[in-house]
Amino acid sequence: MSDMKSYIQDEVTNNEVVLFMKGTPVFPQCGFSGQLVQILSHLGVAFKGVNVLESDDLRQGIKDFSDWPTVPQLYVKGEFVGGCDIVSEMFELGELRDYLSEKGISFAN
Amino acid sequence: MAMTEIELETLIRQALPDAEIEISDLRGDGDHYAARVISQQFVGKTRVQQHKMVYDAIKGGMGDALHALALQTGTPT
Repeated sequence: MSDMKSYIQDEVTNNEVVLFMKGTPVFPQCGFSGQLVQILSHLGVAFKGVNVLESDDLRQGIKDFSDWPTVPQLYVKGEFVGGCDIVSEMFELGELRDYLSEKGISFAN
Repeated sequence: MAMTEIELETLIRQALPDAEIEISDLRGDGDHYAARVISQQFVGKTRVQQHKMVYDAIKGGMGDALHALALQTGTPT
């Protein structure tokens, strides 16, 4: 296993909710990443943001890890949930709350 | 590098011949699209799997030739 793959595996194993994104939760540098930060913040979910712009290896590594071509990417308890379109659609349909509850993730709203 | 709406639809159609495909060019620049794809082949698949099938259809285009594709997938009702 490459260093990058094991780094990503550790992040998604050791943190219940991880958002791989461009920029940081406080300062997103892409509209799609910002949209998912807003949704998670709106629900009051504690999550870890990982800024893929910090390294080219990470930016490519997360795409290889999930076999998914775009960022942002949301992981819950080690499971890839989706990117911006899927998570936004789940949120709009009210499925995201159900999903988080099923996974035992607490959220405020 | 951009892709025309017809090229995009053709790529999706090759992989999912039965699909009902609606594409809109969000900015008129051939680089930011929204697509709605409905196909019988999505039955029993998760959204992640459905979107992957569309990304695979576009081959390497996603994140390369195409900057953004807002995707919505579903099954025929």
